[in-house]
Amino acid sequence: MSNVANNTSASDAMRRKTRRFMIAAFAVAALAFIVIAAGGINKNLVYYWTPTDLHANGDKAYGAAIRLGGMVAPGSIKNQRGVSGLEFDVKDATGVVHVKSNGVPPQMFRENIGVVVEGTMTRAGYFQCNRLMVSHNNQYRAPKAGHPMNKQELEKLMKSTEGLSDK
Amino acid sequence: MTESVMTSTQTEKRNPWNAIAIALLFVAIYFGLIVTVADQYMNADLSFGLPLAVRTLTAVLGGLLGAVIFLLGDRLEGSTSTITLLLVVAVVFLIIGTYFGLYVAPPEQFMGEVQRIMYVHVPTAWNALLAMTFAFACAIFFLFNGDWKWDALMEGSIEVGVVLAFLLCCQGAIWAKPTWGVWWDWDPRLTTTAVLLFAFLGILALRKFVDDPVRRGVWSSVATIIAYVDVPIVYFSVRWWNSLHQLQSNPNTVSKPFWIPLRANAFGILLLMTAFILLRARVASLRLKNELAPPPALLESELGEVV
Repeated sequence: MSNVANNTSASDAMRRKTRRFMIAAFAVAALAFIVIAAGGINKNLVYYWTPTDLHANGDKAYGAAIRLGGMVAPGSIKNQRGVSGLEFDVKDATGVVHVKSNGVPPQMFRENIGVVVEGTMTRAGYFQCNRLMVSHNNQYRAPKAGHPMNKQELEKLMKSTEGLSDK
Repeated sequence: MTESVMTSTQTEKRNPWNAIAIALLFVAIYFGLIVTVADQYMNADLSFGLPLAVRTLTAVLGGLLGAVIFLLGDRLEGSTSTITLLLVVAVVFLIIGTYFGLYVAPPEQFMGEVQRIMYVHVPTAWNALLAMTFAFACAIFFLFNGDWKWDALMEGSIEVGVVLAFLLCCQGAIWAKPTWGVWWDWDPRLTTTAVLLFAFLGILALRKFVDDPVRRGVWSSVATIIAYVDVPIVYFSVRWWNSLHQLQSNPNTVSKPFWIPLRANAFGILLLMTAFILLRARVASLRLKNELAPPPALLESELGEVV
């Protein structure tokens, strides 16, 4: 009998102890979350600079390894040195940076799409890119009628001689 | 012999919670999937006039509550027929999702065929975070009332969550290479997800290293509560920081033909995850029973010999 009583009191003591652990764990978790969410880490943790940020940082951009993010300006894409040489402008609302890149860009690369480029700003006034990444937004759309990706239209076109007879 | 088997099955009462869970999941699947299929391919309106936002919320909450009630209602012993049912239905949904995802849904207008990986990537992400959330809840309950059931369920959900998080990173890399141009980059979303995977992997390692079940339960519960901080950070990472990863999509940013494979797979993985957590928690529960059993008492004759 006394054994049973001892057991229950022991487990009650353990429960009180584990509840203290729970409160302590919660406190640590809440503190960590608050520090990360509201403690200004948003300003310190920067994945890329926008063209505006890059201009604002002036001399710091030269020779430093940086990521530049923005939109590919329409009409700015040039393949001057064959297929592996690529030039384009990256822009945001208030700034533009000219980018030179070597290598074949991802298939998604086009005008008005987001890009993140790794490299450095040169004194010659352009950004030398070593690594080109394309970012896309959260829009996922089925191709409309007349779009080159429209499967039915594409299959119809492939089976027909349409388009060939014109030449 | 047959008589005793008969009585044992009869005495095992049906779990009333399962009926509630099935009803909730049916409502979720109806508003999440059936209404969309009818609208898209049969020109029928089965929505009862409910707006899209209400239907989406019903589907999400119904699926979530249904799965949680399955998990909480299980006694972690006895008949596994409910788990078998969950597995069978999960496979059916995954077959539907795969068929619609690979053969029925059109390719995305810019990404083309590769975008189809979204139909597994996004449901995997949702369910991985859900498994971690369930583990977090189990950790709190275990520390609060010391019931070993929570320890077993926590072990199951962390393990399944880690598998899903690992798959998530692999699927993401496969999608990233052709679209972004790289397999991986230290973008805030990707980095926080990797942290999540390794934090929970670490908790599994901690559980393996500690032999005393009480210490194991308490330490891993505390670690789970702290590691869970990363889950909201993963979710908000694309909003707080500029990133390579896109923002969360929602029904307004995704064309309707894409909804069906996405949602069918989401339900499929949800049910699969629920079944796996329950099976894994049963294994943990059996091991705990063994570990917590008092050592066999020495016989008096043996005791005499020792003395």
